[in-house]
Amino acid sequence: MNNDPLKLPIYIRISAHPDNLAVVRGAVRALASQANLSSHDIDKIILAISEALTNIIRHSYNGPCDDPIEIAMGQTIHQPSGRPALQWVIRDYGKTVDPATIKGRDLEDIRPGGLGIHIMQAVMDIVEFQKPDHPGMILLMVKFIDTSSPETPSAETVHPTTMKEGHLK
Amino acid sequence: MTTPYGIGNIRYNGNAVIVDLAGEIDMNSSTHLREQLLEILHKKPRLTIINLEQVTFMDSSGLAVLIEMMQITNRQATQLKIVALNERIRSIFEISRLDSIFSIYDTEEEAIKSL
Repeated sequence: MNNDPLKLPIYIRISAHPDNLAVVRGAVRALASQANLSSHDIDKIILAISEALTNIIRHSYNGPCDDPIEIAMGQTIHQPSGRPALQWVIRDYGKTVDPATIKGRDLEDIRPGGLGIHIMQAVMDIVEFQKPDHPGMILLMVKFIDTSSPETPSAETVHPTTMKEGHLK
Repeated sequence: MTTPYGIGNIRYNGNAVIVDLAGEIDMNSSTHLREQLLEILHKKPRLTIINLEQVTFMDSSGLAVLIEMMQITNRQATQLKIVALNERIRSIFEISRLDSIFSIYDTEEEAIKSL
């Protein structure tokens, strides 16, 4: 990671309100749809990002508020692996906690809540919490993408130059 | 901005109450959804069927509501069954390994026959 953890092609800043989650999910879907991923994988990635933001609102900010959540994302070459990847960096200014203490609950313990971290770790290849030099946390998430296989037809792609009337229903 | 979601329809089929959910079920919508489902379960229907066919997104907030409802029906000795789990939300049930905890059926007819 370089000196600016949020230096990725796309940057979104939202207030920590659940009303804003759907907007971020839309951006994540748009980004992930450009990569070589199945629709199933795209849905899982959207879920993982949504869980991360929900956790920030619920635990870092103790509920909805006007404080910011910054989300940077893009398709880049992950360093140090050198592999193509989708990357997200999410920064909040709420509570700072020891990353070693952030764990999902035991899945055998069936009860409401506590699944967010498990979902993030199950979906992403890298989930890394960092303590920044300001209040809050920085969360890095990486999903490696395979550029060698043909693109999975997750959805019909309609390019403006080839759009036909039938697509405009 | 308001996320479209919620209980689309409540239908009755014999002893079963069928609840159609729709749209995106996340932190934004799950609190209200929980209140609506609690109101339904308060009447202690013998079988409550949650139809998820029209749900386009569900996160762990929505799953938490369903887990709580399952626990309530267990305590009431009534039943909660989930039907029409579509591909877009199947992931969360699989990742959280709750697909084997809930009673999940492809159709409402199968869920009713299983009673």
